[in-house]
Amino acid sequence: MDVVLLSRIQFALTAGFHFIFPPLTIGMAWLIFIMQTKFLRSGDELYARMSRFWLKLFAISFVVGVATGITMEFQFGTNWSEYSRFVGDIFGGPLAAEGIFAFFLESAFMGVLIWGANRVSKKMYWFSSLMVAVGSTLSALWIIIANSWQQTPTAYHIVNGRAELTDFWAAIMNPSTVPRYLHTVDGALITGAFFVIGISAYYLLRQRHLDFAKESMKYALIVALAASLVQLYFGHMHSVQVAETQPEKLAALEGLFESEKGASLLIFGIPDEKAGVTHFRIGIPKALSLLAHNDPEAEVKGLQAFPEDERPPVLMPFLSFHLMVGLGTFFILFTLWGLWLWKKDTLWTNRTFLTVALWSIPLPFIANEVGWIAAEVGRQPWIVYKLLKTVDGISFTVPAWQILASIILFVAIYILLFVTWFFLLRKKLDAGPEEANSGVIRNVSGTGVGL
Amino acid sequence: MTTLQSIWFVLVGVLLLGYTLLDGFDLGVGSLYLFTKDPKERERMLYSIGPFWDSNQVWLLTGGGAIFAAFPMVYATVFSGFYLALMLVLFALIFRAVSLEFQHQLDTPGWRKWWDIGFGIGSLLPSILFGVAMGNILRGVPLDAKANFIGDFFGLLNPYSLVLGLLSCSMFALHGATFLYAQTDGALKEKTRRWARTAWMGLVLFFIIGTVWSLAATPRLFTNFFDQPLLFILPLTVIVGLVYVPVALAKGKPLTPFLASSLTIAGLWGTIGASLFPYMVPAINDLSNSLTIFNASSSERTLTVMLILALIGLPIVLTYTSYIYRTFLKSNKGVTVTGSKSSKSFSNM
Repeated sequence: MDVVLLSRIQFALTAGFHFIFPPLTIGMAWLIFIMQTKFLRSGDELYARMSRFWLKLFAISFVVGVATGITMEFQFGTNWSEYSRFVGDIFGGPLAAEGIFAFFLESAFMGVLIWGANRVSKKMYWFSSLMVAVGSTLSALWIIIANSWQQTPTAYHIVNGRAELTDFWAAIMNPSTVPRYLHTVDGALITGAFFVIGISAYYLLRQRHLDFAKESMKYALIVALAASLVQLYFGHMHSVQVAETQPEKLAALEGLFESEKGASLLIFGIPDEKAGVTHFRIGIPKALSLLAHNDPEAEVKGLQAFPEDERPPVLMPFLSFHLMVGLGTFFILFTLWGLWLWKKDTLWTNRTFLTVALWSIPLPFIANEVGWIAAEVGRQPWIVYKLLKTVDGISFTVPAWQILASIILFVAIYILLFVTWFFLLRKKLDAGPEEANSGVIRNVSGTGVGL
Repeated sequence: MTTLQSIWFVLVGVLLLGYTLLDGFDLGVGSLYLFTKDPKERERMLYSIGPFWDSNQVWLLTGGGAIFAAFPMVYATVFSGFYLALMLVLFALIFRAVSLEFQHQLDTPGWRKWWDIGFGIGSLLPSILFGVAMGNILRGVPLDAKANFIGDFFGLLNPYSLVLGLLSCSMFALHGATFLYAQTDGALKEKTRRWARTAWMGLVLFFIIGTVWSLAATPRLFTNFFDQPLLFILPLTVIVGLVYVPVALAKGKPLTPFLASSLTIAGLWGTIGASLFPYMVPAINDLSNSLTIFNASSSERTLTVMLILALIGLPIVLTYTSYIYRTFLKSNKGVTVTGSKSSKSFSNM
């Protein structure tokens, strides 16, 4: 089997699996922080109970994110050593910085959150919840910086066939960092908030833990609504940047084969790469030109405007991108519906809404995944845009059978992790928030420790 | 530039030392976990590292990131060259992490048993493999002219490196045992004393074998010491630490055995660094193919920027980490597992 293909499959699998968890925990971390803040201010036990329960779900998700994250850092070296040699001067920095400036922060204070409930002051506990949220959000920043440099490399020069840094700040603030970071973190907020909404809805549907579920739902709904609306702008900002800096990717995302003046924004279509056309196009006339170039008559370049060996595949980015946009639209409509029901005071009893809420839990996860598929497949055939092709980035010294073996093991282990994670979530869910405080280890003074 | 490269060589060493000192006791506790069946003792052991293991592990990730940033050639060669070995480490670390947190989520004995095994093996395996990897680096690995690894997985399992694997395994076990010794009392404390003694004997034995074997097989590891006799202070530190461990255990002060073990580890890393310098990955087939701090490093600009970031970041990290340690170690004192239902989780997270 082909080493390039195997390496790509392994990276896609491990990154895709890993990325189930960070958005969830980043989003939840901020919600837990909000609950802690409310608790600190009001002293109302309800908020302590809320943060305790969500923290339990957070903790089991966090650890899977941490464990599968180690894979990602190893993998650049193990499977992409030519890439690592080429970009190490620039790409290694953000990874090291993630450790020093983000990862230590979140994991050190995570220890306090899990083990320190009765061992540190209320204020310190609140502060720890803030540090976990800040740490995980900063962690995302460094990773997005590294990945964005792959998408839109800047501030480098080629010395002895390797990219060397010319300006650290400019490399960090490359054209795609800011829009992609905002887009990703906002997606994380949506993910965490929908998770809390969905589980609260589950309790409301079963008439259990009503106070708890209502209050959790309120906070999460506000966050979800705000984040979904803001995403409209961040998503747009990101598209404009892609149009400017990676026009091939935009053409792939939109299934545009021939350059067009006054191009329409597709709502539906089936791209046919062989024939070089997109069938059954349903679109909004001139909208793509307007959105991408701020001019309804502007020309949007189609794939045929680019050399054949530099065109990304179309079908996968096109479908992923459109699915993501569709889901984004759903998030807005759904949260507006929730707001409207809240106004009418029927949010807690409307079974249709609650059922949809419960089944919507996986949707932001799907949106995150397909968003990344669109971004990464849309960058092909480059591993570093216009500088290094993916086929040239692999580890030439690793034999295919070893990669195949590791893929098989990854799949087995990750399935086990996922099943266990899901099983534990269900257990915690059934146990509910009431049971949260039953620590058994006690210190000398007789106060319970642990959560 | 040479100074900068040397600073980074030391800095990478410091990060790896930080990992060995901190996550080292977690790994050791995890390996020792396999030597007791008593659920209460296991709970106590898990409890002693619970608040720390996650941030301890970040030292490894930061160390890895620092190698990637400062010496990308080393990162690329070693990580791709040691592919299967690293995958094993990776799977072990994954299991270890999730086992630690999953173990106490459910009350059924079967559940706990499985995750206990995951935690134990997940700790034991890396404790050995880290040493095996170090052994290969010290001994040298086959590299082509472009510094690509041209050996195979089974070549990495040579007897010399396996001895170093046993050395590192004893070292982690000793470190974990002395950490527990400082944290526990009663029967478990007595047990940790015995564990520490046994691990210490292993460490002394393998240290002697390793040193003699290195002298016989790889004399280049000693040239720096004879050029700069002051460097002998580093192996001397190892010896002082090693001698002090049993003395400290006999005296019975809680923290001193752990400090003696830490001193030994610091000495070992210093000795390794001094033996290798300026090599990072020596080539066993042809020394001129080796990766050194000069031909493997990033550009001057990157090294400078990263140094500034490290100098800003590390003191902050050390400040809050030590604060958290003090908080938990203080309140850990006097913690005993109570209640007959030891199956009930202490943390219930």
